[in-house]
Amino acid sequence: MKKIIAILFVLPFFGLAQNSSGEIHGDFNLNLQTYNEDKSIGALAADEVLLNNAYFNLLYTKDRFTVGVRYESYLNALKDFDPRYNGNGIPYRFAQYNNDGLEITAGSFYEQFGSGLILRSYEEKTLGIDNAMDGIRLRYSPISGVYLKTFIGRERNFFEYSNGIVRGVDGEVNINDILKLTTKTKALLGGSVVSRFQNATNPNFNLPENVAAFAGRINVLSGGLNWYSEYAYKINDPIGSLIENNYASGNAITSNLTYSQKGIGVSLELHRVDNMVFRADRAAVGKDLLLNYIPAISKQHAYTLVSLYPYATQPNGEAGFQIDLFYKLGKGNGIGGKYGTKIDVNFSRINALNGGPSYLSDDINHEPMLISLKGEELYYQDFNVEITRKINRKVTIAAVLAKQSYNKDVVQQQTGYGIIESNIAILDLTYKIKKGHAFRVELQELKTEQDDGDWSMGLAEYTISPHWFFTIQDMYNWGNKNVEKQLHYINLTAGFIKGANRFEIGYGKKREGIFCVGGVCKTVPSSNGITLSISSSF
Amino acid sequence: MRNQILIFLAVLLTATSSFSQENRSLPNVKVKTLTGDAFNISEIDNDSKPMVISFWATWCKPCKKELNNISEIYSDWQEETGVKLIAVSIDDTRSMSKVAPYINSSDWEYEVYLDPNKDLCRSLGVSTVPHTFLLNGKKEIVWQHRGYVEGDEEELYNKIIELAK
Repeated sequence: MKKIIAILFVLPFFGLAQNSSGEIHGDFNLNLQTYNEDKSIGALAADEVLLNNAYFNLLYTKDRFTVGVRYESYLNALKDFDPRYNGNGIPYRFAQYNNDGLEITAGSFYEQFGSGLILRSYEEKTLGIDNAMDGIRLRYSPISGVYLKTFIGRERNFFEYSNGIVRGVDGEVNINDILKLTTKTKALLGGSVVSRFQNATNPNFNLPENVAAFAGRINVLSGGLNWYSEYAYKINDPIGSLIENNYASGNAITSNLTYSQKGIGVSLELHRVDNMVFRADRAAVGKDLLLNYIPAISKQHAYTLVSLYPYATQPNGEAGFQIDLFYKLGKGNGIGGKYGTKIDVNFSRINALNGGPSYLSDDINHEPMLISLKGEELYYQDFNVEITRKINRKVTIAAVLAKQSYNKDVVQQQTGYGIIESNIAILDLTYKIKKGHAFRVELQELKTEQDDGDWSMGLAEYTISPHWFFTIQDMYNWGNKNVEKQLHYINLTAGFIKGANRFEIGYGKKREGIFCVGGVCKTVPSSNGITLSISSSF
Repeated sequence: MRNQILIFLAVLLTATSSFSQENRSLPNVKVKTLTGDAFNISEIDNDSKPMVISFWATWCKPCKKELNNISEIYSDWQEETGVKLIAVSIDDTRSMSKVAPYINSSDWEYEVYLDPNKDLCRSLGVSTVPHTFLLNGKKEIVWQHRGYVEGDEEELYNKIIELAK
């Protein structure tokens, strides 16, 4: 801390000593919401009436030198955020220097090794996730094709830092670069180690104080083909209570193969996860202090009703696969139409591990079957097709059809709901009225016998480029078996954008549900009120 | 807390005391190429002609709309102004492998990079996508725009023409 202050105070003299001045940039985000009580949807009023989340980032760059801070303000945090985000502060500040391929960072930083199986420190503000590291990081590229990274630090948890100290090292080589190969086929190899130190004072259990995880990865590219695979292993990391007496090790494998050429693309993906929760504190729970990132192996949908039942990875144990096909029917012929037609097909299926995950077994040598995709408990399945076609200069149509199976008991850790089978249809039509003016409607329908029953959604949007947009949306749970819950969730939004400034004001009811970004989800309570968001960058 | 405010003020002071540049240059930040290599974004180049950097994701509808709409007229833009569009995907591990299949199937002629852990986003102040930047021939950011609605590409094109004059 003192070091950073010292560095910062030296800075102005830098500016005086050298003629070239540095650059200052940043961005600002503000989200305000009022909370009114609405008994029908279960929305509660806030004692404060108005809640607030705001961030202000400031970066100063001069030549190879950068410093940055982020001021965060939660007075008090919006209801869909963890209340431990409380008050104001500067939890993010760093200084960085870059010299002949060596980059040194002191303070806060975000880092990812490989695909993130053993380390991903990142921020997703909309979900309230920020597990930045606080410590020292070095990145070095001694020769072209060799990339080394190492760090030591503590992980951020709201306005505090983890007890555990996290150390890591990662190396990646581009085989073709080092061997100076000029072959069409290209290969990259990488490996990483992340280790956590935490005192163990448990009188009953002998807990490892240093817990390491290892990962190795390979990426081979040839023509339109691209194959990436990564394997990770974590040594046993028991919490030390009688209930969670888990001395099992953990492992995960992820692999994807893609092929693409002009007009067509195919992607196949597979992953298997067994006991792979890895944290900066052995006793942390929920989403606290996670060190790694294993994203859901399913499509991240953009329309509302196809993401009503979104999947989240079960890091304790699951196996799944996903297939994607992207195809564009050429323009000019009868089927493709004048402008061409795009077809995206996606299928994903995730189920339990055969024999159950290692951590549930008393047998320390228990190894669930490697891959078993049939006959196991289904966690999630999604088959969907999206077609987009520009009819003429004024009209574009998109349609989505989906069939989803969602294991609510597993994904939401509840009992008695079972698997929710739903069929979804969506129509999205854009009509350009005149220069700069466009009108868009969405009609969505979800049919299911279970849970809350059928839903319909309608959306109308009017946009005036480049400054204005107006939206009205209604979600209607008309098929709820409980007549009192056959409710409308109406929202009005208006926005103004000018260059790098964006203002949005909204009023309406939000449904209680799950909100996800990148396969990580949070539960959002129902609410009723006015929202205001402002974002700006400079 | 007092320490923190001190830091904040120190940076602000430093910043304002030396704040004299008009346009913004590109930061020294590494992104990834579609073939897995590290690439310093400040090394993008277009022979002193304008460039557009557009942040997008495979799961972002307005982003894909923007880049598909521009794609239809991109060859005209290039002929008239020599502009080059750089599409930076913020897809993380969940959907990063779908970026190449998506752009190839869509027939995009853009230069594409990946920013899976948002290092470039942070240094350019990109908090939501789409977010579009326009760079002059000296590779300085002269204009930016958040979000996309139908027709926004015309405003962008007018700005490009002003630069290309």
